[in-house]
Amino acid sequence: MDFSLNGDQTLIQGQLESFIQKDYDWETRQKICSSDLGFSKEHWKTFADLGWLGLCISEESGGFGGSAIETMIIMEQFGKALVLEPFLETIILSGNIIDMAASKELKENVLSQVIEGNCQLATAFVEPQSRFNLSDVNTTALLKDNNYNLNGFKSVVMNGPAADFFIVVARTSGAQFDKEGLSLFIVDSKSKGISLRNYSTVDGRRASELNMENVQIQSSNLIGEEGKGLKVLCKAIDNATLAICAEAVGAMEVLYKDTVEYTKTRKQFGQPIGKFQVLQHRMVDMFMEYEQSKSLMYMVAMKLAEEAKDGEKAVASLKYQVGKASKFIGQQAVQLHGGMGVTDELNIGHYFKRLTVINTIFGNYDYQLKRYSEL
Amino acid sequence: MDLTFSEKDLEFKAEVQYFIKENYPADIKEKQDNRLPLEKEEIVRWQKILANQGWFAINWPKEYGGTDWTPTQKYIFQNELAAANTPIQIPFGVNMCGPVIYSFGTKQQKEDYLPGIINSDVWWCQGYSEPGSGSDLASLTTKAEKKGDSYIVNGAKTWTTLAQHADWIFCLIRTESTAIKQEGISFMLIDMKSSGIEIKPIITIDGSHEVNMVYFDNVEVPSSNLVGEEGQGWNIAKFLLMHERTGIAGLASLKRELRRIKDIAASTPIGEECLMDDASFKLKVNQAEIELLATEYTELRTLSAISVGGAPGPESSILKIKGTELQQTLSELSIEMLAYYSHPFFSEQELGSNDSIGPTHASSAMPHYLNFRKVTIYGGSNEIQRNVIAKAILGL
Repeated sequence: MDFSLNGDQTLIQGQLESFIQKDYDWETRQKICSSDLGFSKEHWKTFADLGWLGLCISEESGGFGGSAIETMIIMEQFGKALVLEPFLETIILSGNIIDMAASKELKENVLSQVIEGNCQLATAFVEPQSRFNLSDVNTTALLKDNNYNLNGFKSVVMNGPAADFFIVVARTSGAQFDKEGLSLFIVDSKSKGISLRNYSTVDGRRASELNMENVQIQSSNLIGEEGKGLKVLCKAIDNATLAICAEAVGAMEVLYKDTVEYTKTRKQFGQPIGKFQVLQHRMVDMFMEYEQSKSLMYMVAMKLAEEAKDGEKAVASLKYQVGKASKFIGQQAVQLHGGMGVTDELNIGHYFKRLTVINTIFGNYDYQLKRYSEL
Repeated sequence: MDLTFSEKDLEFKAEVQYFIKENYPADIKEKQDNRLPLEKEEIVRWQKILANQGWFAINWPKEYGGTDWTPTQKYIFQNELAAANTPIQIPFGVNMCGPVIYSFGTKQQKEDYLPGIINSDVWWCQGYSEPGSGSDLASLTTKAEKKGDSYIVNGAKTWTTLAQHADWIFCLIRTESTAIKQEGISFMLIDMKSSGIEIKPIITIDGSHEVNMVYFDNVEVPSSNLVGEEGQGWNIAKFLLMHERTGIAGLASLKRELRRIKDIAASTPIGEECLMDDASFKLKVNQAEIELLATEYTELRTLSAISVGGAPGPESSILKIKGTELQQTLSELSIEMLAYYSHPFFSEQELGSNDSIGPTHASSAMPHYLNFRKVTIYGGSNEIQRNVIAKAILGL
């Protein structure tokens, strides 16, 4: 048993820490957030130059062959600074799907461009009625003369506005809830028949409603086997769930530490409010929730890295813990900052909002607890 | 002990329902039902409709334009207004400044200020908190110095709700540096048009402009604007906070909100079932419902005690804590119902447009959840309320 990082991993962590300290102070982050794109192309280029974009892609697909451990390292640091660049959407979720299952040709055409930083991706896996059920899919793809005809509607597609390609989950056979019959397609965002409604989300990021009307897709754009897409999607989402939990752990660390610091300096009734026992115990609970989340995060990173059989159940336990912890820590960080906590000016509210969104993404605590008990 | 409404109460209930049906403007109702922010004009228009009927300042004594309703009638009235989803009353004039003026003010002050409050011609805001004085309100430092027949006021107030609409502000101001800091505080009425007042908006995490900083730079206030004696301000503030805490609970609107959540959950599909049949969601809704029921009966007991001559006491802290916690719980359920559709976010200005994303109830849910983090902080944070109960009720 070993919880320490190896030499290369320590190096990467150091690189990330220095990037965040030098290039991602709060003011810079807020400027990026209010830009049209919502993230910085310049930073994305830096990520490519430093090799971060290919870090979690296998060597066969042109990456550097990092594992879930590297995913965790990167995302935890990103969480500390609330980094806005769509690393989760383009690399961890979409990139991994291509890496796992796409043809050599698609990898060469698309993934190599992604690793070089020239291409953005978004995976469209949510429908208006589906909530967290990945196999609840009404979008259809019917094969005719070597072309698939795509019809349907996807909601809240993260990184949709910037995406050059979408990975779309569509039904090639079966009924609405069937686990079989789902297929994954790479779809050029400029294809005829695609219409997008773009908007900001509450955490300052960007998303789209994606409508597809008779979009023609060459059969070579099918990822993996027809009808067997769900397994690939689930695996990619498990990886992405670890990633987003690591981001949450980074964000929770900032929240509990900033809250402790604030209560040491804010004075009421002639003393720092951190001297009041009721607030001390609250902060101890925040700290413990953070530590418990971090423990499960390490467990899951190691399980996914060694492809353990119970990885899926482990992921559910992590997401449940992180959902619960991030709600508590987020709400209490706001509460203990008092009125200041609800202002737009202070960073605390923005961390709280991102954590609130993270609780929903890939399934909230109720869903994860149910999933855990069924696995 | 008796839980049933009398024949007279039922008649009154029907009268209130009929009044709302006939007089609640359709345009305001539509905005309210879609949970869109109201303009000042709309709020004032509705308050004036109530005032014309004599139903605005229901808690005031009859002689000042209030009602002589029984607690049961007041309860029925609030419930019917909430059930019809009419706009909440802006409390600063009618529930806060008004009672202070008729309880502590001079005859002249009553004549000068009460009609403007009851007719909603004058919009009041509250100048209590300061950047350095939140929970420890008595440490406030905004000060007034006597100069001839006036006071000269300097300092800053914060979290001043809707100051941007206000004509007048009632303030706690330090008129003397005393060893016991509570003793040097006075209650003052200040015209917002006075020279030397500056308002700076504070934007909150839901993107809205509700609260403000209010700065006072050598603002001249006639000494006739002092309410009560110099140094009596803290006692007035305590009197007022009790009133505020009871009002904050807002239980009648919580009942409507819970019904709304149940209705939406019943029509939200989750697989082949609906969300209301989902075990964990249903559990949470029912837990909230029982908590709400208990809080409602706690409120009724408080009201009933007042009706036989008691004043709202430290028990109102129970209502503030339980009411605000419930408000937050329900706002949480609202975003959980929406799953991913709680994420799209629009500014206050964009909220009115018709092209929201997802179900119609989606766009207001997240702003509401975020905005309502304030309720356990304002009006004396819930930590302070627990201190009040520990000290005043448990004697600790």
